[in-house]
Amino acid sequence: MTLDSRAAPASLPARPLDSRVPSGPLEQKWQRRKFELKLVNPANKRKHTVIVVGTGLAGAAAAASLAELGYDVLTFCYQDSPRRAHSIAAQGGINAAKNYQNDGDSVQRLFYDTVKGGDFRSREANVHRLAELSVNIIDQCAAQGVPFAREYGGALANRSFGGALVSRTFYARGQTGQQLLLGAYQALQRQVAAGKVRSQPRSEMLELVTVDGRARGIVARDLVTGVVSSHTADAVVLATGGYSNVFYLSTNARGCNATAIWRAHRKGALFANPCFTQIHPTCIPRSGEHQSKLTLMSESLRNDGRVWVPRAKGDARRPAEIPDGQRDYFLERMYPTYGNLAPRDIASRAAKTVCDEGRGVGPGGLGVYLDFRDAFARLGGKVLDERYGNLFEMYQRITGDDPHAAPMRIYPAVHYVMGGLWVDYDLMSTIPGLFVAGEANFSDHGANRLGASALMQGLADGYFVIPYTVGDYLARGGIGKLDAGHAAFQDAEREVIYRTRRFLSIGGKHPADHFHRRLGALLWDQCGMARSRESLTRALEEIPRLREEFWSGLRVTGAGEELNQELERAGRVADFLELAELLCLDALHREESCGGHFRVEHQTPDGEALRDDGKFAYVAAWEWKGTGEPPTLHKEPLVFEHVPLQQRSYK
Amino acid sequence: MRIVLEIWRQRNPREAGAFVRYEVPDASEHMSFLELLDVLNNRLVEKGEDPVAFDSDCREGICGTCGFLVNGEAHGPLPNTTICQTHMREYKDGDVLRLEPWRAAAFPVLRDLVVDRSALDRIIAAGGYISVRTGSAPEANSILVPKTAADRAMEAAACIGCGACVAACPNASAALFAGAKISHLGLLPQGQPERPARALSMTAQAGQEGFGHCTSIGECVAACPAGIQLEVISRMNADFIRAALSRRETEPIATVPKPAAVRVQVAEPPRKVE
Repeated sequence: MTLDSRAAPASLPARPLDSRVPSGPLEQKWQRRKFELKLVNPANKRKHTVIVVGTGLAGAAAAASLAELGYDVLTFCYQDSPRRAHSIAAQGGINAAKNYQNDGDSVQRLFYDTVKGGDFRSREANVHRLAELSVNIIDQCAAQGVPFAREYGGALANRSFGGALVSRTFYARGQTGQQLLLGAYQALQRQVAAGKVRSQPRSEMLELVTVDGRARGIVARDLVTGVVSSHTADAVVLATGGYSNVFYLSTNARGCNATAIWRAHRKGALFANPCFTQIHPTCIPRSGEHQSKLTLMSESLRNDGRVWVPRAKGDARRPAEIPDGQRDYFLERMYPTYGNLAPRDIASRAAKTVCDEGRGVGPGGLGVYLDFRDAFARLGGKVLDERYGNLFEMYQRITGDDPHAAPMRIYPAVHYVMGGLWVDYDLMSTIPGLFVAGEANFSDHGANRLGASALMQGLADGYFVIPYTVGDYLARGGIGKLDAGHAAFQDAEREVIYRTRRFLSIGGKHPADHFHRRLGALLWDQCGMARSRESLTRALEEIPRLREEFWSGLRVTGAGEELNQELERAGRVADFLELAELLCLDALHREESCGGHFRVEHQTPDGEALRDDGKFAYVAAWEWKGTGEPPTLHKEPLVFEHVPLQQRSYK
Repeated sequence: MRIVLEIWRQRNPREAGAFVRYEVPDASEHMSFLELLDVLNNRLVEKGEDPVAFDSDCREGICGTCGFLVNGEAHGPLPNTTICQTHMREYKDGDVLRLEPWRAAAFPVLRDLVVDRSALDRIIAAGGYISVRTGSAPEANSILVPKTAADRAMEAAACIGCGACVAACPNASAALFAGAKISHLGLLPQGQPERPARALSMTAQAGQEGFGHCTSIGECVAACPAGIQLEVISRMNADFIRAALSRRETEPIATVPKPAAVRVQVAEPPRKVE
């Protein structure tokens, strides 16, 4: 495949995808769909097996709710317990249009904020449903005993969050994701005890199996014994999270991976908007080559901290020794109106720019200062500790530096992906019977996700969408009987075992981590915060080379039939090496800037993202054609009837 | 800095294990403890040796996946800190550190520093929940919860389920873990209907799994990275006694069987090492 063909999307065939959005007024679509859905006879539900892969918010909520309805549910997760899925690490909160603060919030306003915040690249009908369901989620979680923050009168408390003018975020200390996940996990364990869910932790899905064009099960590897086995079902739900770890360093957990969705993609599920990745500006920078993951710190720090780097390149003095005249408060300089509160993407890119100029601070020069000196002088230590005490403590625990004594160092990091498997309104992928929920689908966030909206989407999908739409799929019938001895399963098992043996037999020199790190660095440099035709073209040349090196230079010790963490990593990295190419290809084809996708060729004179609604108001859904083969682009046109298209403005 | 590690190596649950000595001559004080093991492992792989198996995931102290003993201390020396959040700056050049897995009969060693903690999941399955059917919940603000109760419930709910309390306890008791969940749910009005049954089932499950009894020594609290307090065990005991006294003999206490396909057959449970 030539690079020219990659760079010329116009020549690719464009086939509109059917999103199956119900007709009628926006506010009535979900009600209408729920009425249209076919129902399964209660006595027949137990005869249907549903596999749920991933046990985070979306997966655990879906599995528990499906089991409650009477279906026979089988769950898989790579962690040693369903409770450890990465949803657990979400800190801030969950949005819901409850209007408890009487500040004018409504379903309509949450819908509007989410479509606009997503930079007009999401599906209006889905976003509206999400806003409608947000209120049910809070009811559900409160009843489960999620210890949300409360007012003295006993009512639920709220706080405001990124960008919104209303206070609609519910929270449980700084551990909202943990508490929501434990609520869903406990509901799941209740179904385990009832015998309705069979839970298989420490198991990794390595292949999706389709029979007669429908998703009929998976092949999974038991991560303790190494046994590869087939599991049949009438429907499969993937709730396996995002692919931020393709960048190696991200705020995701070490084990987060794209293997489940990538295997499904290779079996025919279209992959939508892979280039929509989100970068968070306030993370703790890496401290050296050994860095294994990055930690996010709340953005609220930018309310009182001032961001700067030395004016001179390579200024190695301690920050306190650098006088104000020799500091560059670059956000205040570049964006005088918003200053240190410039939006996430702008702030992130500015930090990268000054570091690229050689003015970054800390190990490797990949960091900028976030300085509270002036705030301490203005407000005093007590006030600041009340506001940020726990963050100061966390920073000190990780870096060993006390933010009271010296400025913090921060740097942007990848932490969420808006892209994922394409799904229709019912959250079904292009493979009948394969549903995708939570971050794993291309979701309701368009090109940019607003704060406190990831938890909302995961639980809306899991508790309130999947249980209905999976039932409808099953009720429509046409799903034949089959057993795990079916040829399609045997082939898939053989494929998995072949891949395992191949990893073990390469006998090269380097562990999978070595290649993963290089891939991450490459993507971060060429397809990170700022992307250009040139950088993406370079990445698309280098990725296949790195992939070849991986397949000849990898070393996996041990055997397949045992607990082998190197083998697990090798499989995940192999899939990342393919996904990375699609990510760059999508970024190259999208000749516009929107949300988390910033192409340097497409910006306003003051550096803001410049969308091209005429050409790119569509979901780009890619069809797999083979490793190294050009994928086929399918387009789902996006129509904005209720939120008028407009330029996001930060002025 | 130079760090010497003596690590428990055990190939699988059936074979015997032993300590093996490794050295990382060029550790950086900025490394987290687990990054030190990453570096060691990558070098072992490049030499063609089996890397040390250890569990970790979020590496920011919240998922509860990581954990092992460092010189006999669960999660190492720092209070309220998981081993993933412990950095090498806590140690000195030349330190010799002995790493071993959680030691408890209910946590069989799967490999090296990796143990099977599924018993904790079964304790939750036995009763660590509030039964609420999806979609049947009342309007959230129709259940008022006093702020102090919500805050206390949150403190107990902060448990990350890592198992350090069990590893630190001379009796390998899971009382702090079970007590934290019983307290979290029992402090809230939503948790009242199932409160007696919960205390009976969860404690019965813990016994069935082979966890020991609590003798109020408090080692668990010292090891807990989530700051769970001993009072959760008092709450559990109070709930248990109240429930046991008001229970009718004929009412069954629900526990959860181990899954049919038991993954690990332990020939000989690892002994607890002092």
